[in-house]
Amino acid sequence: MFQGLSEKLQETFKKLRGKGKLNEADVTAAMREVRMALLEADVNFKVVKDFVAKVKERAVGAEVLESLSPAQQVVKIVHEELIALMGGAESKIQISPKPPTIIMLVGLQGAGKTTHAAKLASLLKKQGKHPLMVACDIYRPAAVKQLEVLGEQIKVPVFAQAGRAAAEIARAGAESALRQGADVLIIDTAGRLHINEELMGELQEIKAQVQPQEILLVVDAMTGQDAVNVAETFHARLGLDGVILTKLDGDTRGGAALSVRAVTGCPIKFAGVGEKIEALEAFYPDRMASRILGMGDVLTLIEKAQQAFDEKKAAEMQQKLRKQEFSLEDFLEQMQQLKKMGPLASIMEMIPGIGKQLKDVTIDEKDMAHVEAIIRSMTPDERRKPSIIKDSRKRRIAKGSGTSIQEVGRLLKQFEQMQKMMKQFAGGLPGGLGKGKKGKRAGLPFVR
Amino acid sequence: MAGFFSQLKQGLVKTRQNFVDKVGELLTGRRKIDEELYEALEEALIRSDAGVNTAMELVEKLRREVKNRKLTEAQELREVLQELVADLLGAGKPLNLAEPGPTVILVVGVNGVGKTTTIGKLANYFRREGKRVILAAGDTFRAAAIDQLEIWGERSGAEVVKQKEGADPAAVAFDAIQAAKSRQADVVLMDTAGRLHNKVNLMEELRKVKRVITREIPAAPHEVLLVLDATTGQNAIQQAKLFRETAGVTGIVLTKLDGTAKGGVVLGIQGEVRIPVKWIGIGEGMDDLRPFVPQDFAAALFSGLDEAEG
Repeated sequence: MFQGLSEKLQETFKKLRGKGKLNEADVTAAMREVRMALLEADVNFKVVKDFVAKVKERAVGAEVLESLSPAQQVVKIVHEELIALMGGAESKIQISPKPPTIIMLVGLQGAGKTTHAAKLASLLKKQGKHPLMVACDIYRPAAVKQLEVLGEQIKVPVFAQAGRAAAEIARAGAESALRQGADVLIIDTAGRLHINEELMGELQEIKAQVQPQEILLVVDAMTGQDAVNVAETFHARLGLDGVILTKLDGDTRGGAALSVRAVTGCPIKFAGVGEKIEALEAFYPDRMASRILGMGDVLTLIEKAQQAFDEKKAAEMQQKLRKQEFSLEDFLEQMQQLKKMGPLASIMEMIPGIGKQLKDVTIDEKDMAHVEAIIRSMTPDERRKPSIIKDSRKRRIAKGSGTSIQEVGRLLKQFEQMQKMMKQFAGGLPGGLGKGKKGKRAGLPFVR
Repeated sequence: MAGFFSQLKQGLVKTRQNFVDKVGELLTGRRKIDEELYEALEEALIRSDAGVNTAMELVEKLRREVKNRKLTEAQELREVLQELVADLLGAGKPLNLAEPGPTVILVVGVNGVGKTTTIGKLANYFRREGKRVILAAGDTFRAAAIDQLEIWGERSGAEVVKQKEGADPAAVAFDAIQAAKSRQADVVLMDTAGRLHNKVNLMEELRKVKRVITREIPAAPHEVLLVLDATTGQNAIQQAKLFRETAGVTGIVLTKLDGTAKGGVVLGIQGEVRIPVKWIGIGEGMDDLRPFVPQDFAAALFSGLDEAEG
């Protein structure tokens, strides 16, 4: 089925094993894959075009970091640019110095405005605010009732008036907020097509009547190429302040997020992640970027690998491997580095394609802790020269580490095998450690 | 029929304009068929949400046809492309109606695509044909969904069978079928709560609703309609796949085609899973539901240039 971008890029770069700089031909080949991935993720065609051009410019001539493969280097650049484009986490509502703060939700039919009016009200209430919701969807059958039912559930009052125009209701709602002492007013509006002149005019009228601090466009995360037209029109007519991206709990890649952000420049302030009232989250551009690229959290992984393995140590280790001096001490250090990256299971999960296969394999962190304890109970001499460890030393080490003699023996045996294996291919190591064997492991600089 | 066609065209006017603006200028502004033209056509298809793969396949087919038929003029491409699109969409299939009734139609889809509205329009359609219609308020989850369906029931003159909010939708299905049998209704339109296709529990709930329906009437549901929002991107394909797996979807209703969304997603779906599109929604009015006719749809998509003939 779906193949992650990083895997595709891996293939593109199969022939390319060296390091150094990314040249134009490599980047062009990679950008073809990036373009496809973004389009498959529903990022708007034009947005993709601009984006790819920008990334290409940056990628050509970029240094490939020691610990990364060229494919990973490209992914890293793409990812960074995506995050930059989507902006930082800005899940804040501008609070007006003079209450009430007025928030207006707008969008197409079925985007989730009414549900998110309630979610937002609930969130603000938890933050100590006193919200009031105003039902301005006077068209859809039972829309007002829906808001009222939700209001009851979260104990937030709802203002509604029958037989009046939406803008009048909004205004009356604002006045009512003042009387009731509500400090936030959330206006739910009817879903409408951006090309419906009359209804777009109605929104402008509401805006003119109550002058909201925040006009938020509610966008379905599953939206396709048309997201651009919708966002552009709403922004042009109303001047949006932010976006709420809904239905992110589905399996859509969510390219609409990028499209909307690119054409409006408005931050995505919240993400709807479920049907429950509490299912409203801050928007995380980095997660979204990974999702759009379809690669789990491989980027987080790349970053973690970068942080954890500083290059100097990696070079030292490489020397040792070459000279076949790899000792238990070094092994311990490797384990420490690995641990810096977080729980092993979650690291494995982040690797695209591996996460699923490993589902049934349990990685026992306890085992690792035992190994560590055993090594730590050895003298420096023993660590460097495990061959000197005989029965009495084993007994002492077992006692010191709270393990058994058998366990100590097993570790020593495994280490011996590992050393043999390393001798076999240490001589043949081409570049950095990260390149591993024949590029097969090139994607996993941290799995030795 | 002419009336129908012009109505369809009216509803599709936006769809067509967007698509045709691009394709049209490509096909008329040039004389010769060249690489740039193919690329531009592919781009136009991608922009319509047809999906990268479907777009590439269609253009590939187009290339072959051009070769086979030895075409040289850019203008001739339109006809060929239209044929290819109609081919991909398959033959129009009418609804499978049970004789004697009741015909049970189960309506499913993700949140916010317009299931309840579509049911309202379908109710109106069947009522106009003089059928006795029962609406089953199976969305027991969303606040006021039952009220919404009741309003549509009043508008169209269909009876509504309901339980309380939070009730088991399978129980509502059971009640509705019993009511249909005893009142000799012709059609039961079964509403369901919107659910994302990747929510296993909710999909299982849907399976149960279907099972109960089949237990009461072995040939039912006679149709399982998946409502798809035309503004949806590639995720619609996942929706189609998974709802078909769980609920045995027999047809698609493509809604919100009156916006600027180009509806190319239908092509993408047909390229991956073959589920016929049976209806299209082109507005919020009771009559804004049309049977889907692939040839008309394809023609309307590409016919912006000879507007005069309408």
